[in-house]
Amino acid sequence: MTALEVRNLHKRYGRHVAVEDVSFTVEEGEIFGVIGPNGAGKTTTVECIAGLRTPDSGAISVLGLDPIRDRAEVRERLGVQLQESGFPDAITVAEALELYSSYYRNPADWRELVELLGLADKRDTRYKALSGGQKQRLSIALALVGGPRIAILDELTTGLDPQARRDTWNLIARVRDTGVTILLVTHFMDEAERLSDRIAVIDGGRVAAVDTPAALIAQANAVQRVRFRVRQPLDGRVLTGLPDVTDVQITEGRWTVTGSGQLLSSVAGALARAQVVAEDLRVDRHGLDDAFEAFTGRAPESPEPLQKEG
Amino acid sequence: MSALTKTIEVETRLFLRDSATVGFGVLFPTGLLLALSAIPALREPSPETGGLRSIDVWAPTALVFGMVMIAVQHIPVVIATYRERGVLRRLSTTPAHPRTILLAQMIVAFASVVVSAALMILVAWAVLGISPPTRLLEFVVAFTVGYAALLGLGMISAAVVRTSGAANQIGTLLFVALMFFGGAFLPRVLMPDLLREAGEYIPPGLQALTAAWSPEAGEITATAGGQPFWLQIAIMAGMAVVAGGIAAKLFRWE
Repeated sequence: MTALEVRNLHKRYGRHVAVEDVSFTVEEGEIFGVIGPNGAGKTTTVECIAGLRTPDSGAISVLGLDPIRDRAEVRERLGVQLQESGFPDAITVAEALELYSSYYRNPADWRELVELLGLADKRDTRYKALSGGQKQRLSIALALVGGPRIAILDELTTGLDPQARRDTWNLIARVRDTGVTILLVTHFMDEAERLSDRIAVIDGGRVAAVDTPAALIAQANAVQRVRFRVRQPLDGRVLTGLPDVTDVQITEGRWTVTGSGQLLSSVAGALARAQVVAEDLRVDRHGLDDAFEAFTGRAPESPEPLQKEG
Repeated sequence: MSALTKTIEVETRLFLRDSATVGFGVLFPTGLLLALSAIPALREPSPETGGLRSIDVWAPTALVFGMVMIAVQHIPVVIATYRERGVLRRLSTTPAHPRTILLAQMIVAFASVVVSAALMILVAWAVLGISPPTRLLEFVVAFTVGYAALLGLGMISAAVVRTSGAANQIGTLLFVALMFFGGAFLPRVLMPDLLREAGEYIPPGLQALTAAWSPEAGEITATAGGQPFWLQIAIMAGMAVVAGGIAAKLFRWE
């Protein structure tokens, strides 16, 4: 069943076109990733889905409802974790959750959420005193406290340290297991690749591609490299003759084979036929980064390594 | 529990945790009056003021201090901070409208000035022997309408500022200007008539408050060209409505 449908969404601010033409469909129970560089139109798309902005043209359906016309009903069913949205410094975790519970007809049990999100021992801690990762987890908890069928999580690991990012990813997977459909907006490729069932690549206000992470990588025909050493002599023509191989380099006894498709099995097969044993064999598995570059023509930004406080 | 009652509950707790505002807005007026009454000259009945002490005539100014503090300093800063931090924006994605939080803010702030005033009137009566408001109904009306006019000014400030820092600066300027007419720097008795009459049009309308609290004190601070009590109230009510309308018109949620 379709949880969310965006059809030919178009939104401009004055002369600036934020979203040119965006369409995608999210199935119930999916984690659907939306990736793209900053300024690609991701946040505007999310704001239109959340009913914070009115599209100039196109249609959005959230569980069959229109975010503007059926505003009240959509807000009962859609949980939103917004980029750059905050809470009063002095409010405690428990107060924020109780307060947000009071906004909904059938709220989830916030005590369970606090357990799920690992905030149980922070119930009486004020917002200001939480770490960046704890603030993000509270923000996720507040997006889920209304018992939504769909949750939008926008740039949720920006500013977190690597450990906190991994913890947050595990959490998202657990939330999905409770039956919530998730729209995950991010500019981190590793995050989208790791979590998403399917991904839409948005660039310049348009959808450049929609598919599973594996298929996107394959479609982009991402370049792979296989590196190894050999003890026995090896004729390079055994490898250059393979259809998947585009280049073979030997530096100080170390072989680097570049190619695409089923590169590793081709190379392994050729070495076996030549009765050569490869040692220290490594595969540089290229991932979504390369696919992203292939679709958008530019490299994705790297994750910020340090946690920002305050 | 409904969203509004829950929001009022949480906003009350947040207010009480803001020790600077509780101190200056709620407790300071009483402290100021007690401190000034420690000066013997202000406690001496003077024949020029019909046997009243300076402290009797000046008491309503201490009251205005708390009202102004809450309405033009505290509220605009809180609302600007909520907008700046995305609290209002976040609220727009829930079934509760962000106006719930503004309404809760105003209710909590009004309750706090009522507490501030009640405390001051009680202490003034018990410790300094200043009689409680004589014309109680008029006093309640003058207090409520005057506070509404102040809040209107505060909400205009909250509507137009971009940052909480700016809200603070405008709040300080307004505070100094309003407190000047409120007689904090120069008692109204000593002001030229022109300034005193202007003060009748400056929220929260100190002349009306003084006259309702103590008709004798009101006679001393009144001028020959001053407006009658109910006209002063009507002027304040008009200002509250106009300022509230302007604030609603200009208000930005994000």
